[in-house]
Amino acid sequence: MKKIIKRYSFFLGVLLIIMALILLNKDTGLKALKLAKNSFFQMVEVLPPIMILLGLMDVWIPRERMIKYMGQDSGVKGIILAMLVGIIGAGPMYAAFPFTAVLIKKGVKFSNVIIFMNAWCVIKVSTVLFEISYLGYNFTFLRLLINLPGVIMMGYLTERLMGKDELTIIYKT
Amino acid sequence: MTGIILYSVAAILLVVSFLKDRKKTKLALKKAWVSFEGIMPQFLAVVCIVGILLSVVTPEMISKVSGKESGFIGVFISALLGAITLMPTFVAFSTADTLLKNGAGYTQIAALVSTLTLVGIATFPLEAKYIGKKGAFIRNLLAFLFSFIVAYIFEKVMV
Repeated sequence: MKKIIKRYSFFLGVLLIIMALILLNKDTGLKALKLAKNSFFQMVEVLPPIMILLGLMDVWIPRERMIKYMGQDSGVKGIILAMLVGIIGAGPMYAAFPFTAVLIKKGVKFSNVIIFMNAWCVIKVSTVLFEISYLGYNFTFLRLLINLPGVIMMGYLTERLMGKDELTIIYKT
Repeated sequence: MTGIILYSVAAILLVVSFLKDRKKTKLALKKAWVSFEGIMPQFLAVVCIVGILLSVVTPEMISKVSGKESGFIGVFISALLGAITLMPTFVAFSTADTLLKNGAGYTQIAALVSTLTLVGIATFPLEAKYIGKKGAFIRNLLAFLFSFIVAYIFEKVMV
């Protein structure tokens, strides 16, 4: 029990802040609570199946194959693959995080992990139609045009700035 | 919609996997549960933080700072608001649309959409759990700076 409370202490702390907010300003506090509830249900919609897919991926896809396709020496092929996987991904930003754990475990190059994450965030197939209908063709395609090279550059820069030591730690655990 | 597709795909693959190898499938489910339960503490906290942020940062507030004449300051504040707020992508687009119709500038909205989708200060604890504090910090910082490049190009092309 003590262990559970300790693990969830951050959550309990934030929950207390919401309670305090309700006492201070009832409208804002209740709105915060409702919004939290909404994003919780949004999570229930995507996270469990994603975890199952990741579990299956973990047991069925051999590390050697992942290294070959997206590892250290995968080059352009790795970049394109990382991008494609991110682009077809569906769900909010945080749904991409658990994927990175499996990718890292399977020996995928760090720049490709970041490319995957950023691609997941900005160039999703599932929301392109939304964007066009709301913001128009010009806005959507200009954004796409800037984001494609941007995502690749940010992937490489992040790996560069991480430094070797930090990367060794991440890939070890 | 996304949920239905994801659940169906997961269910189908689970059945296929089960028919091929029971043991491996059991292991996969066990791993799925462990990682699901593993992020719950951070996740629940993030959900509440997002609730607090969205209740304080409203579209009206963003539209006040992102007007056509707001210049670089407007771009900067829009980018900042986008970074601390987190919303589903399609909600971000409809919000952006509303803001544009209410007189926001394309440059400012480009920065806002960019950080809304790419940068997540609220989700930082969650992200750091997977790629480390340093990794999450660098990724978010670069994405934040990148949003200004996006805004700059929008300024040149769209305005």
